[in-house]
Amino acid sequence: MIPRLRRYARALTGERAAADDLVQDTLERAWRKLALWRPGSDLRAWLFTIMHNVFVNQVRARRLVPLALDDAALAETIGGGDPGPATDLMDLDRALARLPDEQRAVLLLVGLEQFSYQEAADVLAVPIGTVMSRLHRGRERLRELLDAAAPVQPLRVVK
Amino acid sequence: MNPAPLDDAALHALVDGVLPPARAAALEAQLAAQPEAAARVAAWRAQPHALRARFDAVLTEPIPLALLQANRRPPPRRWRAAAAAGWLALGAVLGWSGHALRPAADRAGAAITLPREAAVAHAVYAPEVRHPVEVTAAEHAHLVAWLSKRLGTQLSVPVLEAEGFRLVGGRLLPSAAGGPVAQFMYQDAGGQRLTLYVRNDAQAPHDTAFRFARENGVSVFYWVDGRLGYALSGELERAALLKIADVVYRQLNP
Repeated sequence: MIPRLRRYARALTGERAAADDLVQDTLERAWRKLALWRPGSDLRAWLFTIMHNVFVNQVRARRLVPLALDDAALAETIGGGDPGPATDLMDLDRALARLPDEQRAVLLLVGLEQFSYQEAADVLAVPIGTVMSRLHRGRERLRELLDAAAPVQPLRVVK
Repeated sequence: MNPAPLDDAALHALVDGVLPPARAAALEAQLAAQPEAAARVAAWRAQPHALRARFDAVLTEPIPLALLQANRRPPPRRWRAAAAAGWLALGAVLGWSGHALRPAADRAGAAITLPREAAVAHAVYAPEVRHPVEVTAAEHAHLVAWLSKRLGTQLSVPVLEAEGFRLVGGRLLPSAAGGPVAQFMYQDAGGQRLTLYVRNDAQAPHDTAFRFARENGVSVFYWVDGRLGYALSGELERAALLKIADVVYRQLNP
């Protein structure tokens, strides 16, 4: 399970150290709260639920609630001569980082971790309709972000 | 005549795979005539693949020690039967039982963490195919000099070829307390690996007898000899590992 938790955490936080901190906090909390786990129920879903709660608390504590960027600001951020590595992977990282947390979480639970919509709804403690609307918005937003990133690539490699 | 534009809700439902087959087929057919919508759908469908291509590598990364150490039962306070059943289940699924180490006597305080650290380090590095060690046995003199310097004491490396195990090399690790640790790795002809974990316990020098612990399938013989704590770990039966541990001990204390 640890590798799965690490993969999700890496994608969710976008950063190795923060991701492993998140996994560590999740494991510690899981051991402390073990009495609350019902034997026979889905342990994976339970652990992801704990991780989600830890993540939300961390974001809240650090006041890292992402600001909604308008499209002009976004175009500037992504295309504005940032000399970061111009790879598809980096673009995916950057695009993910610019998604609202709640949309990113749903996209990752469903797309990366292959949770069903109902399982994702349980992990996030929201109705399944909310999962689907976040998924749909996140999906389209991610597509726009990746599209916006793609055309500027040739400019970055001019020597 | 222009086809009616497809609404996003229908397209998302198509990608979600929740439409009746006939409806899905009809939509796919309409998409063929609408390249812009078809491109959007293709991009959405590609996202899970892109995510896995990007992040699946995390699954095979070595797990940091801190995470393995977090993945165990905290010190007991008040016990409940339900919780006790749960420990076992969680440990089994997470891959760390954590139940083995509760030595009856706590008198050798530092020795308690020694076998656990050694077993964790063994579990992390023994399966490594490409990077089991930092310095290989080919650079024997450098290996010993380097790790001796980092541990602040002259180390000697047991030779276990008569037992069928050849030195692979060694690496430097941090102990739980943050001090330097040397890990030497051995391998037999069948690929079975042993690790010898050597920790400098200069702050509390003491001697202990040979002790045995078993952590998550890893057998560990450990002892403290003056300033140095030793732990020999392997996925062997107790008796087989004891024989080798005895050889190690005799070589270190001629």
